[in-house]
Amino acid sequence: MTRVMVEIQPRPPAGGVPGTAGPRSVPHRPRLSARLAYLMQKVLKPNAVNRRVGAVVERSPTARKMFTATERASKERLFGCRMCGQCALPVTGYSCPMGCPKELRNGPCGGVGPGGACEVYPDKKCVWVVGFERAASQGAAADLRRMQRPIDHRRWGESSWLNYWAGRDDNLWTDDDGLSSQPVMGAQ
Amino acid sequence: MSTLRDRLATGEFTITAELSPPRGASAAAMLTRAELLRGWVDAVNITDNQGSHVRLSSWAGALAVKQSGTIEPIMQMTCRDRNRIALQSDLLGAGAHGIENLLFMSGDHPKFGDHPGAKPVFDMDSTQLTWTARTMRDEAKLISGKELNPAPRFFIGAVENPFAPPLEYRAQRAAKKIAAGAQFIQTQYVFDIDVFRRWVTDLGELGVLDRCFILAGVGVIRSVRMLDFLSSGRVPGVQIPEPVVRRLRGVAPDDVGAEGALLAAEVIAAVRDLPGVSGVHLLTAGYEKQTPELLRMAGIDRSALVGRALAGKSSDAH
Repeated sequence: MTRVMVEIQPRPPAGGVPGTAGPRSVPHRPRLSARLAYLMQKVLKPNAVNRRVGAVVERSPTARKMFTATERASKERLFGCRMCGQCALPVTGYSCPMGCPKELRNGPCGGVGPGGACEVYPDKKCVWVVGFERAASQGAAADLRRMQRPIDHRRWGESSWLNYWAGRDDNLWTDDDGLSSQPVMGAQ
Repeated sequence: MSTLRDRLATGEFTITAELSPPRGASAAAMLTRAELLRGWVDAVNITDNQGSHVRLSSWAGALAVKQSGTIEPIMQMTCRDRNRIALQSDLLGAGAHGIENLLFMSGDHPKFGDHPGAKPVFDMDSTQLTWTARTMRDEAKLISGKELNPAPRFFIGAVENPFAPPLEYRAQRAAKKIAAGAQFIQTQYVFDIDVFRRWVTDLGELGVLDRCFILAGVGVIRSVRMLDFLSSGRVPGVQIPEPVVRRLRGVAPDDVGAEGALLAAEVIAAVRDLPGVSGVHLLTAGYEKQTPELLRMAGIDRSALVGRALAGKSSDAH
């Protein structure tokens, strides 16, 4: 297997590092149904074809830029994506945790209102309440028991699909609920 | 050495309470309140800028309480104000000063405090912070992989609100924190015993009750004003069930305090009988004077412990 080395160009984060100009963390209701989202999961899996496409795209800065812009446009519209570059959607019922005002990756805080409202934006539903319902509707509720590691803030603005296919996302979450193995946090 | 851990391990009903550090550059007032709780509680939480209001830091507050010799502190730590560098650094500081009991939580959003324009940090969440502390203790490493010499000794706690949606997920979230390293869990106010019992049952089904001590949160509604405030829906994470509101509204305004205390005593007595529950966490900051009476009403006898604590106080006078 040929290993494609890619120089990752440092670039200004375009999509909203917390505390800088850019989209704020506000709960976003997914516009894609849970069923379609889980179907899409099959298409986007890092299979041989996707890995090949990713490797080709990463060779050309222009192709990479265009690919990232396409990802941004579609995921912004569908999931309120903020381009953290390390997508958790496949294991959160396709409800983006970065829309949580606390950017919690391991489930909802204790402030969720009785009707499921976000404590910070009471007119919006908690992203985790939405995510739990969607995952459960597709028989994937156990995904929310996986332990999510802290994200790498250097990756804001990057394409998470390219990161996913290249295997750079492999350690984002544990394989299971971690109760039998007590997983180590691991170095970044 | 964590006496809280030792007490929980004996299986005796354990009591923790809460002290919020003052807004001011002296811990004296907090130590006076700690003195009122001496012997009555096994450990006391020192809150971390509670409600996103700036106070003396939980780190310094916990150290002051520890040095006073009144009660063993539990240092609270939220994810709101510090990134992973500062959090790990403060954890090392706590370890160096022998502050072993820790309690991790996400933290209220800055929006609710006295600096609503502050940057919400949330670099890690509470599960990740719990996991970090366990990694530092058990692997003797920072999460960067760099080695620690020596590793800190911690007794690690976490929180859960069993009453917030999605209810079916709440035990799983607690189990996640237990997998991350939580050895005890304090809960949000328990007013609804049925929902609480369901949550503890769920934890049992997940097989985590033998790995973690559960302390049920107990609050006292002291006045009509407090009832109005807590039932307004404006306090994050606090829900007062309709029957409780009805009961307290049903008595004369002057008697709400007494009825609220009676209600709290009933909750303590009820959770005491629940298998899997190791004790209570009194969310009663500012109620230190009345705490002994509340515990007596709930049928908890601490006279031996209080006697011992007071005897210890006179013998170890500096």
